[in-house]
Amino acid sequence: MKALVPIAAVIGVLALVPLVVHSTATLNFLVVALMIALAGQGWNILGGYGGQYSFGHAAFFGTGAYVTAILQVRYGVNAWLGFGAGIAAGAGLGAIIGGLTFRSGLRGSYFALVTLAFAELLRIIASVAPITGAGVGTLIKLDLGARAFQFQSRAVFYWVILALVAASLVTTRLVECSRFGVWLTAVRENEDAAQSLGVDAQRVKSTAMIVSGAMTAAAGCLYAQYFLFVDSGIAYGTWISIEALLTPIIGGVGTVFGPLIGALVVKSLGEVAKLVAGDAPGLDLIIYGAVLVAVIWLSPRGLIGGFAQARQWFRRFVVPTVTSSQETGRA
Amino acid sequence: MLSPVILIPAIINGLLTGAIYALVALGLTLIYGVLHIINFAHGALLSAAMFAAFFAFRLLGLDPYVAVFLLAPGFFAIGYSLQRFIIGPASHGDDRNILLVTLGIAVIIENALLYAFRADTRTIDVPYAFATIDFGFTFLAVPRVVGFGAVFVVALALWLIMTFTDTGRAIRAVAKEKLGAELAGIDVAHVYAITFGLGTACVAVSACLLLPNYYVNPGVGNAFVLVAFTVVVLGGMGSVPGALIGALLIGVVESLSGLFLGESLGQIGIFVIFIAVLLLRPNGLFGARS
Repeated sequence: MKALVPIAAVIGVLALVPLVVHSTATLNFLVVALMIALAGQGWNILGGYGGQYSFGHAAFFGTGAYVTAILQVRYGVNAWLGFGAGIAAGAGLGAIIGGLTFRSGLRGSYFALVTLAFAELLRIIASVAPITGAGVGTLIKLDLGARAFQFQSRAVFYWVILALVAASLVTTRLVECSRFGVWLTAVRENEDAAQSLGVDAQRVKSTAMIVSGAMTAAAGCLYAQYFLFVDSGIAYGTWISIEALLTPIIGGVGTVFGPLIGALVVKSLGEVAKLVAGDAPGLDLIIYGAVLVAVIWLSPRGLIGGFAQARQWFRRFVVPTVTSSQETGRA
Repeated sequence: MLSPVILIPAIINGLLTGAIYALVALGLTLIYGVLHIINFAHGALLSAAMFAAFFAFRLLGLDPYVAVFLLAPGFFAIGYSLQRFIIGPASHGDDRNILLVTLGIAVIIENALLYAFRADTRTIDVPYAFATIDFGFTFLAVPRVVGFGAVFVVALALWLIMTFTDTGRAIRAVAKEKLGAELAGIDVAHVYAITFGLGTACVAVSACLLLPNYYVNPGVGNAFVLVAFTVVVLGGMGSVPGALIGALLIGVVESLSGLFLGESLGQIGIFVIFIAVLLLRPNGLFGARS
């Protein structure tokens, strides 16, 4: 339980934001950032803890978004049920892709390639299949009210999405503390060694992919529900595959808070760029790309890792001059 | 069902398209064969090279077939610097980091092109763009025939470099046994960068061959590179003959599935083959089982 205290504190603080800030633009920004944090947390489970770098998490995001939207629009299913179905579809897709790729023993570059191919395949199918609305996309009917999972106030939506982010943080923390989490990191560090110690690597990775797919799909469902529109370029576009891996890597890969920190930082940078240079196409992504390269170069463990490193450096070189007697005694 | 009058030209056109895929794939497989990484920036570099060739034509009046002699060395230098000064130092020798760094570079290049030139599609206007040669049984577009021939010239040039020069020997040594090569006094970082440069130069050549009868926009490279990935996997990662044969095969498959199924479904066919090959024979049709 003690492990969950930091999560409770962070979520508690974030929950107060709408009480203080009333600006629609700011809340809008935070809602999108939290959505990306959720998608990134999904990536983090598989990529951060399991070491399997997916370049196609759009496959899950898009599936969640489309399942929610299509069930509501074409089959009149209740939005909340659609939301649940979207998450289940993400988990199912994770089971399928994970089952196929890990059974074939694909790792590293090959895994990145095959996930990318799955996302692209789904994008092309969605752009021509009649059920997705093909090139036109799917528009969810405006029906404000809690029953339809649509809210007049952005603050309420913010709290809903924050609750889901909280759930993802707790899930990640539980994974981290569990036996499953230890197996997963063992596979990341050295798959062959883990296997020789009796870890069923294929099953561990597939399970991680199911959890991962469900989380990222949840972000996709929320996207559909918030913007009430889905098309193939949004749902299965490369942008979301990139943002899903960018946020944990920038925040701190394989850490509980990495995706949340990364999403806030990345989205803020995007906003600043817009302020400085106007809303030009491509500009935010240029910055994301540059930040990605810079973070890997300078601080491979992300901002959290960089902060820890700085603190260590501070302890070693700055603090000893103040309390040198104790430190030198121990050294 | 279909008369040979339609079928044979479709197959030949497939082979011509396949030759361009081969050239893009050649660069990719060369880099993979030595550095053991997939260069995700390959597509973005192709787009950049096509823009360079486009502006060489528009601003300097250089025909793409002339510009290739400027662009190939230029892109060799770009590729060399990218690997030597960015990808190498930034990735700290970790494969996963290399993947991410090349992805980051791809995102930067592609969106810088988008930012500078917008998503507009451009074409150049050369007199021979729509010229055809009569082969008796079919007409073929001149630029595509030139492209087909050029691929074999480039492949031969690469083979000569790899077989007969000291640099080529060093590249092969590093590809086989990195540590041993390093102990023998080979500068591995330099060899990596040269290989990356050669792969990028291949991209510049493909760009110049494509431009006369193809369009340019910031995302144009991706269409080719996804196919090139398929080709490289199909032919066996790192295998040059595999890439050539794989590319011609994919070109024909694409042309025929376009003929039978229509354009968009033809595209799906490529991805299905790609995923199937990755899942069933990740070492490719010609690669040895590792």
